[in-house]
Amino acid sequence: MDEPGPPHTIWLDRNHSETTETKKRAGQMDFLRPASWEEALAAKAEHPTAVPIAGGTDVMVEINFDHRRPEYLLDLNRVGDLYEWEVGEETVRLGASVPYTRIMEHLRPELPGLALASHTVASPQIRNRGGVGGNLGTASPAGDAHPALLAAGARVEVESVRGSRLIPIDDFYTGVKRNALAPDELIRAVHIDRADGPQQYSKVGTRNAMVIAVCAFGLALHPATRTVRTGIGSAAPTPVRAKAAEEFLNAALDEGGFWDNGRIITPSVAKQFAELCSAACNPIDDVRGTASYRRHAVGVMARRTLMWTWESYRGDAARTEGVA
Amino acid sequence: MGTTGLPTNITQGSRTKGGIGESTLRPDGTLKVTGEFAYSSDMWHEDMLWGQILRSTVAHAEIVSIDTGEALATPGVYAVMTYDDLPTDVRNYGLEIQDTPVLAHGKVRHHGEPVAIVAADHPETARRAAAKIKVEYRELPVITDEASATAPDAILVHDNRTDHHIGHVPHPNIVHRQPIIRGDVAKARERADVIVEGEYVFGMQDQAFLGPESGLAVPAEDGGVDLYVATQWLHSDLRQIAPVLGLPEDKVRMTLAGVGGAFGGREDLSMQIHACLLALRTGKPVKIVYNRFESFFGHVHRHPAKLHYEHGATKDGRLTHLKARIVLDGGAYASASPAVVGNASSLGAGPYVIEDVDIEAVALYTNNPPCGAMRGFGAVQACFAYEAQMDKLAARLGMDPVEFRRINAMSQGTALPTGQVVDSPAPVAELLRRVKAMPMPPEQQWLAAGEAADVRELPGGLSNTTHGEGVVRGVGYAVGIKNVGFSEGFDDYSTARVRMEVVGGEPVATVHTAMAEVGQGGITVHAQIARTELGVTQVTINPADTRVGSAGSTSASRQTYVTGGAVKNACELVREKVLELGRRKFGTYHPAWATAELLLESGKVVTDAGEVLADLVDVLGDEAVEVEEEWRHRPTEPFDLRTGQGFGHVQYSFAAHRAVVEVDTELGLVKVVELACAQDVGKALNPLSVLGQIQGGTTQGLGIAVMEEIIVDPKTAKVRNPSFTDYLIPTILDTPTIPVDVLELADEHAPYGLRGVGEAPTLSSTPAVLAAIRAATGLELNRTPVRPEHLTGTA
Repeated sequence: MDEPGPPHTIWLDRNHSETTETKKRAGQMDFLRPASWEEALAAKAEHPTAVPIAGGTDVMVEINFDHRRPEYLLDLNRVGDLYEWEVGEETVRLGASVPYTRIMEHLRPELPGLALASHTVASPQIRNRGGVGGNLGTASPAGDAHPALLAAGARVEVESVRGSRLIPIDDFYTGVKRNALAPDELIRAVHIDRADGPQQYSKVGTRNAMVIAVCAFGLALHPATRTVRTGIGSAAPTPVRAKAAEEFLNAALDEGGFWDNGRIITPSVAKQFAELCSAACNPIDDVRGTASYRRHAVGVMARRTLMWTWESYRGDAARTEGVA
Repeated sequence: MGTTGLPTNITQGSRTKGGIGESTLRPDGTLKVTGEFAYSSDMWHEDMLWGQILRSTVAHAEIVSIDTGEALATPGVYAVMTYDDLPTDVRNYGLEIQDTPVLAHGKVRHHGEPVAIVAADHPETARRAAAKIKVEYRELPVITDEASATAPDAILVHDNRTDHHIGHVPHPNIVHRQPIIRGDVAKARERADVIVEGEYVFGMQDQAFLGPESGLAVPAEDGGVDLYVATQWLHSDLRQIAPVLGLPEDKVRMTLAGVGGAFGGREDLSMQIHACLLALRTGKPVKIVYNRFESFFGHVHRHPAKLHYEHGATKDGRLTHLKARIVLDGGAYASASPAVVGNASSLGAGPYVIEDVDIEAVALYTNNPPCGAMRGFGAVQACFAYEAQMDKLAARLGMDPVEFRRINAMSQGTALPTGQVVDSPAPVAELLRRVKAMPMPPEQQWLAAGEAADVRELPGGLSNTTHGEGVVRGVGYAVGIKNVGFSEGFDDYSTARVRMEVVGGEPVATVHTAMAEVGQGGITVHAQIARTELGVTQVTINPADTRVGSAGSTSASRQTYVTGGAVKNACELVREKVLELGRRKFGTYHPAWATAELLLESGKVVTDAGEVLADLVDVLGDEAVEVEEEWRHRPTEPFDLRTGQGFGHVQYSFAAHRAVVEVDTELGLVKVVELACAQDVGKALNPLSVLGQIQGGTTQGLGIAVMEEIIVDPKTAKVRNPSFTDYLIPTILDTPTIPVDVLELADEHAPYGLRGVGEAPTLSSTPAVLAAIRAATGLELNRTPVRPEHLTGTA
């Protein structure tokens, strides 16, 4: 078909001879296509307002609805490095553009929480395109990966021509759709410790597939450090951890020797954990759900995921003992 | 593609007989599945411009000023038009009441109302130019419900109404009011052992057809215009478009472009007049395509409703009376509101025998989005309420809900509350019996696959919210009644032109109608009818256009009945002419030409005893036989404005559902496991298409039960979720198994005994799902859709 395309398509050819005024008139954007990571960093340094685009599953929606019309798009699709992952002894280094489908298919043993979260992302087509870098770049509280990254204690590898740094996930989300990146920085990868215990992820939507989160919850048991970590999505201005709930549960598990004796967690402990997770929310009423429902649902998900992970931990412990 | 990409003639050839009753395949099916079908949005014309509509950002306001200067000065822009640029004095349009301005005049009455239009050489340029039009609004208070519409000091949404309903409505902000009064409710109430009341709320559903509004207007040398558009009724569009353009109807030539679904949402005009205006103004072809966001503002929705119902019953489970009040929100413009009121009221008692009835239905004018036709058309809202009432009554009487319905079920010969005696099969009790008799899906089927729970079979699905915790099963039943065809005295006819001739040594029939194929399968059925009546295998279905007479609307489950009836009728007339031709040519060779009942079969003239008299090829020779004829079903009559009595509907259609749901009672999430349906279709002309209609209607009913709702802010009357991110429709994972049991009890008044199929399953699906959720949760649930917060006490 040689038709010019549906409305709201963008001009894809870069034409230096046009003036800024002409460009603006046609809604034209410069489309920067670096061939390597170094070129990408240089382009971002030169044009700090450039919006990086990889899978495009988020950025293109914004552009199509004309919610944003950046002067430059920085296409990262030619930077092959971003599509790779390395499984180290302790840590997985996950390229920012590794599609969710790959995470589901290849990294389930190492990153079970993130793999579960990946499976809830939109549709198969979107999962084939989108990656964690996009979720982090947009930093929407509704991003599906965030609760899993928070629970796992991930570190975000960002880089600029000035150098590279690792931002702990706890410091990454700075406000509604804002993150800790400097204007010249790009997200290169996420470092996530290989799971040392069971992890779970739940998300509530009002449809049984292909739905944006009303709220979401991630939980990871870390037997090596005898801690639990949580992550809550869509129930506060940013993705958050339920720190008081974690502290309560860490203390309760420690006190009762649960990590060693593998006893069943009592309903009262689970209930209090759930209540503290609800209390960590700071939700709003919107078209997707009420604040009151979000608080309630986070509590239910917290209790259920705690039961699932703990049962799994006890099962593993029992099997280990059996072998010994 | 250098041409306009219009639909070409579709030749349907088949070695099989391919007549009625066979599941012949759709000629457009493979194209649609493989993405090759040309939808209206795919059209392209050399040198064409793109049209863009500027819509109001507020729901109710006076327009103080419109400044188009900057938009007009934008390079690439060819035209900017406002109300002041309209070419004639006809500046409003409407299906029944011409109350809708082509472009806003002095006032906007709803969020997203068209204010100005732009044509430019690129869609992006058009969009940006439209954004540069400066409109100054002086906002007015919004009217959003019955209280604000009928308050003593309420602003009138429409001043100086002159339509024919204004004389009988209690307030100018009420479009139409229809009472249905029969018997004596006050007296009957005294006989009731139990009385059950309920207040029900039905949300605003969108048709959510996947092909957004689009079309192409091409100016012609004769000063007219050729319009290619996706619509439901070409001639209704034409009647509304031509006067606005100041053109005679024969200079507005319309052709149906590929339609991506309709469900009632294309009965009203959308971009038709705008594209024509811009094409005639610029002298260039103009294409307009809405995107999804605009589509939510570009067509009417299903009327949201508030329904108050009171039923009584005796101890032995017989209904004594019904008193009901149905308030439909028609939004800012009338659209199909009067007819929706007629349906909601006349069908408001459901498929039950109730002697004493007092129903009142009204549609309001408000500043909410305009509402009009959608699959089920007023009968859907009523069914949601009366079926909830049936369950409440059964519970109060300690009876089984299906048994209670069976006792009260209407049948052939029952007089409806309108006084109309139903004179064809009405197997309501049998449909209920059949859905109840179907085997139940296994319990806990999420465990069927093995040890671990299969989350796809659980509420929440892939979101992994439960592995069985909190999950409770519920089962619910519902049955509904829908009219078929246009009602209340409307002259509901269709036209068909059928031609028969020899092409390439074979007899070929050509069927030409203006029927809008919107996915219902009419083109398949027309070919089947032609094969059955004319004994040919090759049938050509011409593109639908206005060069042939009206085929009426593709709505009200009427097309197979009415346009199918017209095709059948035209085929019969062609057959007579062909036989006459045969008698002239060959009559002397065989006495049977004069004496026997003759048929056309497999390309031959045969006697009813099966003796072959001649090949059609020889009978026809070089001649072509052609007939164009209008065909009408039995006339109906208007409902009395005071009592609602009258033979208002030509045919009724019935379906029953059994819903099986799993509810996560802690999270308020629902998985519909199965929606079994039984429906009487009179005669299944194409059984596969019938199944598709029933499954589709059932699924659309499920949507409004658990997820679909346009949310309008009550303070501003603005739409809050105009996108598929937040207006959710069922995915395949939300769509349950739908076992279907089809009855074929002929209606002797209808062609082949058929009964309209498309809408009835949309009625009973929703209340069946609600009943099942109530059974699982024990909650009252008087509104639909049900949201998680309603099931968890967190609304």
